[in-house]
Amino acid sequence: MAEKKIMLGNEAIARGAYEAGVKVSAAYPGTPSTEISENIVKYDEIYAEWSPNEKVAMEVAIGASISGVRAMASMKHVGVNVASDPLYTASYTGVGGGLVLVAADDPGLYSSQNEQDTRCVARAAQVPVLEPSDSQEAKDFVKFAFEISEKYDTPVILRTTTRLSHSQGTVVMEEREEIPDKPYERNISKFVMMPGMAKGRHLYVEKRMKAMEEDGIEFPVNKVEYKDSSVGFITSGIPYQYVKEVFPDASVLKLGMVYPLPKKLIEEFAAKVDKLYIFEELEPVIEEQVKSWGIHAIGKEIFSRQGEYSANMLRRVLLSEKTEENSPAQVPARPPILCPGCPHRSVFSVLKKLKIHAAGDIGCYTLGAVAPLSVIDTTICMGASISSLHGMEKAKGKEYIKNWVAVIGDSTFMHTGVNSLMNTVYNQGTGTVIIADNSTTGMTGHQDHAATGKTLKGERVPAISIYKFCKAIGIEHVVEVNAFDLPLLEKVIREETARDEVSVIITKSPCVLLKGNVFPDVCVPLPEKCKKCGACLIPGCPALTKKEDGSIAIDATMCNGCGLCMQLCPFDAIAKEPK
Amino acid sequence: MTTKSIMIVGVGGQGTLLTSRILGGITQEAGYDVKLSEVHGMAQRGGSVVTFVRYGEKVAEPIVEEGQADVLIAFERLEALRYAHFLKKDGVMVINDWRIDPITVVTGAAQYPENIIENLSGKYKVYTVNAMEEAIRLGNAKAFNVIVLGLAARHMDFTREDWLTIIEKTVPEKTIEINQKAFLLGYEG
Repeated sequence: MAEKKIMLGNEAIARGAYEAGVKVSAAYPGTPSTEISENIVKYDEIYAEWSPNEKVAMEVAIGASISGVRAMASMKHVGVNVASDPLYTASYTGVGGGLVLVAADDPGLYSSQNEQDTRCVARAAQVPVLEPSDSQEAKDFVKFAFEISEKYDTPVILRTTTRLSHSQGTVVMEEREEIPDKPYERNISKFVMMPGMAKGRHLYVEKRMKAMEEDGIEFPVNKVEYKDSSVGFITSGIPYQYVKEVFPDASVLKLGMVYPLPKKLIEEFAAKVDKLYIFEELEPVIEEQVKSWGIHAIGKEIFSRQGEYSANMLRRVLLSEKTEENSPAQVPARPPILCPGCPHRSVFSVLKKLKIHAAGDIGCYTLGAVAPLSVIDTTICMGASISSLHGMEKAKGKEYIKNWVAVIGDSTFMHTGVNSLMNTVYNQGTGTVIIADNSTTGMTGHQDHAATGKTLKGERVPAISIYKFCKAIGIEHVVEVNAFDLPLLEKVIREETARDEVSVIITKSPCVLLKGNVFPDVCVPLPEKCKKCGACLIPGCPALTKKEDGSIAIDATMCNGCGLCMQLCPFDAIAKEPK
Repeated sequence: MTTKSIMIVGVGGQGTLLTSRILGGITQEAGYDVKLSEVHGMAQRGGSVVTFVRYGEKVAEPIVEEGQADVLIAFERLEALRYAHFLKKDGVMVINDWRIDPITVVTGAAQYPENIIENLSGKYKVYTVNAMEEAIRLGNAKAFNVIVLGLAARHMDFTREDWLTIIEKTVPEKTIEINQKAFLLGYEG
């Protein structure tokens, strides 16, 4: 009997890539896509890398495909924006070996800065999209994606969502299929996209999408379940499961290919049911197209464009079931926070003290925006801290940003921060950039990058020096400081922000959750010395709490022994003890 | 059988994922269709986290919704209160009697609710353990969540042997013994 395993959606996608004979995989970490690469790395047959950003990852996969092997790039939805430049044109060139982009959307915003729908990008780029609804399909659809990629000469997007990527379900293992490399043939009308050639390829793209729309009726990923004909649902992905949960007897057209839509199949289905609902998370991508064909259906009139769907949503909206009795108790919110021992907290405590605003970026340090730190004022996208600070200076003058800094992490700096910093240098900007270097990509669960000295496969490689890079592009004032050296950090920040030139402060201390990075001690309060001033509580370390009498308690099971609270105490009322 | 729904709630960093993997493993070994849903990314940084486990003959949706959980395992009191409305009327709640102040309480913006366990006991079948203290006594604070799982396991249909076997298969080799001990502490008292 075939082996069965419980697999995370992302683990199943990795397995699918393995079974499909993929030879090259490239990605930049981003929730909810990260575990795809972390699982692909287990297969020695696949070359897998962390690229510095999604554009590069996509181009690596495109190159591998042109050379004749099956290749995959994976990223979160906003990563697709970064990769959209190569994606739009790879749609024209088509492929050599099969080419699949796994795009992980985040309805409900579990860990993202927006709630965009990758299907809209796919429609604009004219690239087909497959959408699985459980782990088994995640694996199977990857394999089907490679088949149609080669058959129709197109990159294929496999769209997943947080719920699918981070749910586990049973998957049946199959063997890897070794796909022979396609012999390379020079073909500039296909692979050199200058105007004359691209005109021809655009015509091909239209033809290809039309063919897929027609052939979609035969695709095994599109399934029709005819039952009660009074109600029919067109749905896909995880929302399909909610329909099955609440309406097990309804007729369902489950679309595995959500772009282009199999028109004939939809027309047939719509004709056979009395009332047609379209149940899709986020944008009305299926709905608008179906309605444009003159088919009457109900969708976003009653279902939200925002957030994650649920079975209870169907019960409330379509069955008018009351769920108020199950409403939540009024309890204090528990938003995410920086960990005890996090070096970012130390840096932010100094910025807070100096009343400095920060143009922020994407990473754990984004959490510095909320109370009690309240240091980060802006967060847009990867790399935007440095360039938006530059924009502020150009708008308002260099005095205006003397009480501002840009804050960006090491991984985000390598991602796109480098471009922004080069721009500041080139255009004679001023201002101070703090690169919070914790030697890892923290928020996504500790992935390596070009400045850590280790690859996705775990090989030791020379680390790119952020310090030397900054010097090499012509920045004179580049200072490295231990993130926990508060007096020095304060001195350096005062000095650098006062300058009329661009400067970089690299605050160094590894993420406290990195393996092997353990402070030897824990902090303990000395109640007899405590004057109850609350200075230690200002940066909001979760290990510290104020007792009823105003003195403090430190939870020894949470404290990581970084000693920030000890440094902040003016009365030596906190000491360290060995763990 | 009808699908069973279990929820594990806690604070990011408390190790809810290990517990859900043990639960997923034991239900699969027993031949059920099982789906789990986890939280990764930002919320893992000290935020409120929830993991869903559903098993039965054929499971469709991977999440547990309001009013549907058979068992709710809470690694922290406030989180037990936050998700209590997910329980069925006759549902079982197993709570680690432990308090972690959310940042909203630390900053004084909110108050940590009093008498959580007493109030929940009036509405649900509530079982509690101070697993953190027990685990520290056992020599490894990190094993606290398996103690809580042990207490919850009393209300599920798997044998002592099933549990010990799946723990052996799921946890890293050097922690098998401590995790099995911790489990039995919750399971047998």
